[in-house]
Amino acid sequence: MSTSNGTLLEVKDLVKHFPITRGIVFQRQIGAVKAVDGISFDVKRGETLGIVGETGCGKSTTARLLVRLLDRTSGSILFEGEDIGAHKKDNLKGLHREMQMVFQDPYSSLNPRKTVGSIIAEPFAIHGLLKGSGERRKRVQELMDRVGLNPEHYNRYPHEFSGGQRQRIGVARAIALEPKLLVADEPVSALDVSIQAQVLNLLRGLQREMGLTLIFIAHDLSVVRHMCDRVAVMYLGKIVEIAPSDVLYSFPRHPYTGALLAAVPVPNPTGERRRKRELLTGDVPSPANPPQACRFHTRCPKAQELCGQDEPLLGLKGTTSEAACHFPLTESEVRLRLPAALAGAAAGNSRGEVSGQPSSSST
Amino acid sequence: MSEPLLQVEDLRVRFSTEDGIVHAVDGISYSVDTGHTVGIVGESGSGKSVSSLTMLGLTRNQGAEIEGRIMFDGRDLVTLPDDELRKIRGNEIAMIFQDPLSSLHPFYKVGSQLTEAIHTHRDVSKSAARDRAVELLDLVGIPDPRRRVDQFPHEFSGGMRQRVMIAMALANEPKLLIADEPTTALDVTVQAQILALLDDLQSRLGMAIIVITHDLGVVAEITDEIAVMYAGRIVERAPTRAIFGAPQHPYTWGLLKSIPRLDTPRDEELVPISGRPPSLIKRPSGCHFHPRCPYVRDAHRKVDPRLEPVPGDEGHAVACLLNPELRNRIWRGLASGETSATLRHLVVEEDHPVRAHAAPRTSEEDPA
Repeated sequence: MSTSNGTLLEVKDLVKHFPITRGIVFQRQIGAVKAVDGISFDVKRGETLGIVGETGCGKSTTARLLVRLLDRTSGSILFEGEDIGAHKKDNLKGLHREMQMVFQDPYSSLNPRKTVGSIIAEPFAIHGLLKGSGERRKRVQELMDRVGLNPEHYNRYPHEFSGGQRQRIGVARAIALEPKLLVADEPVSALDVSIQAQVLNLLRGLQREMGLTLIFIAHDLSVVRHMCDRVAVMYLGKIVEIAPSDVLYSFPRHPYTGALLAAVPVPNPTGERRRKRELLTGDVPSPANPPQACRFHTRCPKAQELCGQDEPLLGLKGTTSEAACHFPLTESEVRLRLPAALAGAAAGNSRGEVSGQPSSSST
Repeated sequence: MSEPLLQVEDLRVRFSTEDGIVHAVDGISYSVDTGHTVGIVGESGSGKSVSSLTMLGLTRNQGAEIEGRIMFDGRDLVTLPDDELRKIRGNEIAMIFQDPLSSLHPFYKVGSQLTEAIHTHRDVSKSAARDRAVELLDLVGIPDPRRRVDQFPHEFSGGMRQRVMIAMALANEPKLLIADEPTTALDVTVQAQILALLDDLQSRLGMAIIVITHDLGVVAEITDEIAVMYAGRIVERAPTRAIFGAPQHPYTWGLLKSIPRLDTPRDEELVPISGRPPSLIKRPSGCHFHPRCPYVRDAHRKVDPRLEPVPGDEGHAVACLLNPELRNRIWRGLASGETSATLRHLVVEEDHPVRAHAAPRTSEEDPA
């Protein structure tokens, strides 16, 4: 949970459209992939915000916008009150001392021609810190030790390490400058099951020690629940629901969140086996041509006429969860849709306020 | 009891490489009955895919040395000549692969890829094959199959492509369907659709299914029996309920305890398995799992455990040198939230320390 109440990052109406063009010499824009289409959220100091969603929902684009690997189309990203979206390209150095990113693929995100030592030392070189080579080496070895790598392997190359160890190298590089914000984009999805927990525990440990603020992006709902204080669910470039973890997982309000949770296989064959779940039908529509109004209405089990005409805005549903839905799930629907095991865990874990009114006030 | 549909007996597959001999599969035995679903669970490099590729003769041209027997419907697939095996492959035994995009040919219409599978094994007219293709697409839940049959793979989404792959596998009504990581490349909602489809198809068509996966959650819902593989061997084999209810092998415990789950309290600590999967060229001595096992004893470094039945639990077998009572006590401890670090005492106490080992580091071991 957050140690102080200050807001570190505030995102407002962030939009990223990738143009679709036709023609070679005279290119004209014939459309746009609306990867991120007006999202707003804030992140408090020391907190972990999770972003979940399926392929193509815009979660990775969001991550890249936040650390300025991509330029926004519109909207604002306030980091400690300053709009970093407006920074000039050559003025990002200072920004990257404050925020760093851990990438998904530990194979392609490390330069194969550089030793691990020089990969981790690169942030110091870029920012002209720790100029003495002995000093720099000492610091790098400290970092290696901190992330669970053997400091003696300073001179080895990335190919000599396994996937989990490479991800540790990526983490060491990201925390080298002691950033305030770490954005982790699917940091464990390329790793073997038994290795995933090692990296997750490492990230949690680092966060606790360094007071890091973490934005954790993943498609695996169980991993996100484990890691995050608050979770935002994205669908086709929009945030459809954002709530504290405990609340989101025990009492989801948006039908899409409910469907996602119901689809997660639970490794508990007793009772779960062949349970009749409500499956979403069809596929995610193209972000180049998303449905009108509520983007989920084409697949939503609760959709009504209104949903295709009027776009629901993200608003408080219940005490702590915000959802963008005209007809949010009711308590009895949640009980019906989600596995009993989940409801049981929610009951045993009463930290979150699960005080949803049975019927909701749709705005 | 009649013979099981498929019986794998002491299968061994080795590959010679420049670095040495890779023992990809090292003596595995299991059987699958008609109408049953068996899950094979393991990490990358555990030999789970190689064992099923070998079943279809797909490792023959890779210079593999194959030993043991794979009895399928009275024939041994290991010794069967290539042309005989070709009649079985795609006909009596069909396979679904992980990546539906690279498993479909991008230049050919979905329909012609489906009819090819039919024509290979059946002497039917073009129009009959086409009708069958439409019927198959309908069977796997693709809407508007008459129109879709003339489309190309790129016009299908990931989940739909996987449905096409399943349709293709079902073209000749196989007796055995092998699904190698059928949902790994898919999103959760689509994964749930595909799993439901497999389950439904099995109850309608009554075939046997082998599901190969690294995800215990996936197999919990659709399998009857599970085999856990590690370093080319089956380390534990049991009915699905027993694998989750009373697992016996420390590796299985590790797998169960290292994944966050939706049905446990959120702040429950994850217990990672230390180290990393071993090289299949230079395998650890004794029990192959010993370098990563929190309950290792000196003897475990020398003695190689066999897969043996668990006393008092029918159909459950495990390859572990710890005694059964101790295993039960450790699992009860783990299940109630104790960690391996505290439970290790049970092992040390029991055989009065020759040398008490420090609790293993949580980080991975040195590379190479």
